[in-house]
Amino acid sequence: MFEVATYLILFAMSLALISAIIGKTVYEKILAVNIFGTVTVLFIALFGFLTERPEFLDIALVYALINFIATIAILKFFEYGDMGRSSHINDEADI
Amino acid sequence: MTVTIINIILLCLLVIAATAVNQQRNLFAATMLTGIYSLISASLFVCLDAVDVAFTEAAVGAGIATILFLGTLALTGFEEKTEVKISVPGLIIVLITGGLLMYGIQDIPEFGNPDTPVQTYLAGKYIGESATEIGVPNLVTSVLASYRGYDTFGETTVIFTAGIGILMLLGRGRKNKKGLLDEDEV
Repeated sequence: MFEVATYLILFAMSLALISAIIGKTVYEKILAVNIFGTVTVLFIALFGFLTERPEFLDIALVYALINFIATIAILKFFEYGDMGRSSHINDEADI
Repeated sequence: MTVTIINIILLCLLVIAATAVNQQRNLFAATMLTGIYSLISASLFVCLDAVDVAFTEAAVGAGIATILFLGTLALTGFEEKTEVKISVPGLIIVLITGGLLMYGIQDIPEFGNPDTPVQTYLAGKYIGESATEIGVPNLVTSVLASYRGYDTFGETTVIFTAGIGILMLLGRGRKNKKGLLDEDEV
């Protein structure tokens, strides 16, 4: 059962990769990377169950956090066009 | 068997992602694909039971490196100069190096083989004697902090120095509310 699920997850991975390659706009690519991160989290969780080591779930959790922060950072970059300093017009630029 | 097939599929995805990064002329898209590349290799490391390495790869490769790339792109611009030129000596050097690496692979022992020098030389000593010699319950901790203590100390020094350097670089460009360089902070 886990094997079939893992293969389907791998298929979803390849779909996300294709979407990242052929996506026309910047936002499609950001979305593709975000999807890919989510699918990776699922893959690691499933792989833990597949090899009968469900402790991998903790690692999958941390992956989810990293994925979230990376997406926030990329979107912030697009909102303000900069990352190193806060914009002096708008204080919300700092994460 | 299943794990082997999964490894093969992941490696194929890795090759596709690497080729796509190489073909991209838009640097933002290349950065995004590099993030995907890191995530695929992190999955591969998980399949190889190197969970800690996978963890570092995901945090540094997919997280921090992407953000650093984007920060660089904010300063330089998004488009690569469309000057595609194939350097013949470079190609030859790359092919020779790749061939030598493939040749060297033949001497590497099989994955998971218990008779390799890595497994027989020191691992037994660490497993058998670290509890009495060092007294730390965790084997990895005793290897990192005691058997390889100087090594770890050197690594920490390098990372500390790198951190100070980056902080000095980041602190320089900070502006005050008038948009001028704030001399007090520099």
